[in-house]
Amino acid sequence: MTNTLGSDPHAANAWSRRRAAIAAAPPAERAALLAAEARAARRDIVRTIGHARLGHIGGDLSIIDVLTTLYNGVLHVTPEEPEWPARDRLVLSKGHCSCALYVTLARAGFISRSDLADFAADLSPLNGHPAHGKVPGVEFSTGPLGHGLSEAVGVALGTKLQAGSSRVYVVLGDGELQEGSNWEAAMAAAQYGLANLVATVDRNRLQQGARTEETNHLEPLAAKWAAFGWKVIEADGHDHGQLLTAYRSEPDGRPAVVIAHTVKGKGVSFMEDRVEWHHKVPTEDQVSQALAEPAQ
Amino acid sequence: MTELAASELFDCRVAFAETLLELAAEDHRIVAVCNDSVGSSNLVGFKERYPDRLVNVGIAEQNMVGVAAGLANAGLVPFVCAAAPFLTGRALEQIKADVAYSGYHVVLCGMSPGMAYGQLGATHHSIEDLSWLRAIADLDIVVPADPQQTAQAVRWAAAARRGAFLRIPRFKVPAISEPHSPFRLGQADVLREGSDIAIIAAGSMVSRALEAAAQLQADDIGARVLNMATISPIDRDAILAAAETGAIVTVEEATVTGGLGSAVASLVVECRPVPMRILGIPRAFAPTGSAGFLLEYFGLTADHIAQEARKVLARRHG
Repeated sequence: MTNTLGSDPHAANAWSRRRAAIAAAPPAERAALLAAEARAARRDIVRTIGHARLGHIGGDLSIIDVLTTLYNGVLHVTPEEPEWPARDRLVLSKGHCSCALYVTLARAGFISRSDLADFAADLSPLNGHPAHGKVPGVEFSTGPLGHGLSEAVGVALGTKLQAGSSRVYVVLGDGELQEGSNWEAAMAAAQYGLANLVATVDRNRLQQGARTEETNHLEPLAAKWAAFGWKVIEADGHDHGQLLTAYRSEPDGRPAVVIAHTVKGKGVSFMEDRVEWHHKVPTEDQVSQALAEPAQ
Repeated sequence: MTELAASELFDCRVAFAETLLELAAEDHRIVAVCNDSVGSSNLVGFKERYPDRLVNVGIAEQNMVGVAAGLANAGLVPFVCAAAPFLTGRALEQIKADVAYSGYHVVLCGMSPGMAYGQLGATHHSIEDLSWLRAIADLDIVVPADPQQTAQAVRWAAAARRGAFLRIPRFKVPAISEPHSPFRLGQADVLREGSDIAIIAAGSMVSRALEAAAQLQADDIGARVLNMATISPIDRDAILAAAETGAIVTVEEATVTGGLGSAVASLVVECRPVPMRILGIPRAFAPTGSAGFLLEYFGLTADHIAQEARKVLARRHG
């Protein structure tokens, strides 16, 4: 096991070519290329969690299409120079879905795909929740919920104060929105007119123990964000074409939120929309079964 | 009354604000972040001079600290200025995860700490801050004792490489430190030599410790006085040297559970056990009273420090 992770030039080159192909393709083909990449990432997630015997597989599978779209079609980042000052930022506020982020970072060459075998292993930099300074490409140490939006507001504001061009993308869980700090941050983002800030809500409607609406209901969610002064875009969180359109929509002076309607456990039939797969770990047989499914 | 007790008293927030303004002129990366506390953090001058570099997030401390970590990620040097009880209590998890564990250079400035808010009551007292923050890794904790040290600590903090908490006194204190001596993290200042007992104090209690030492001198008791302005990382060498006197009294305007006294005691008990007395606020919420009254009420006076020092010495000799 390596304690210091570094970029993987081979993977970074492949990612760079993939990005170029996606950028050059006509829209329908573009979505198909992203879908193929997301399928590969899903397989990596299932394998990585099956190997580590730990993870939050339901949320990883619901958010992977968003992360795949961002890293392959939206973010300006440089795997070989992860702290490039002018980079776009991705803040994973729902830090428990670290595996989806690590897989995405590995597929972009920030780290090596072979590092994924160390996910959650003793002394591995790939902690169950991502830590800044341990993993290239991880901007903040997240895990406790309700932190990422404030951090992203700070980055977006700092960029604006310095007339920088970076855009800041933050991925929030839907259950996470029950933390009041999100709404402090939402107010501040609108107050400061942070048009360089784009939040995504992984609206899979499930939290750890039950449905969000049975626990502490979030609806009308779009109206809430709008009332806080945000531009609201709703999208199918598994439709890469819709996600690309959402992320490429012209800023209008307000912060924007993409409410990504997703299915927890998406892509593995026996996990989809089932609350117990929040952090249940698939058995060896279940891993094989998942990898054999047509969606994979 | 001793010479020190009769000297001019200062609100360290003034030195804090002046130094921050000087630094802001030198370094465009410096920004101030506050929670509607422009007045109470003495940021009016900063706001007039650098309106765009004052980030007032409103009454929202969790967001304030998270935003500061984000500003640091964007390459700025944020000074978060807020009343210490709310900064540390309300945003403790953000201090831990967003600043310390994320490794960002954010300067957390706890204004009006201890019982400075007096009659406003225990909700507004910040006596737990040192205990809470001392438990967090990768966070430096600095408690300046006077205006000069406040100014130097602010200068140090601007150039630090990681998160720091500065406890900025509001309760007025006399000037006791050497002018223009730069702040050195983790190094106590020996303000008075003595070989019979050591009094280790921080912040508003340092000048009182000096007065107590003067009283003890009248009884031919030589008390060494240490200004322990860094609570974390603690100055091990200075404490072990203090233990060589054979007795230690610590004094802080904070709860006795977990702050300066605890830091000293845990080192002393492991490495060089000597009789000790930890002065501070016991596990109690303060009754109604002015800040000055409450310090007397909890025995945080020169007279009481001297009295407790004599008791510790009696134990040592007994």
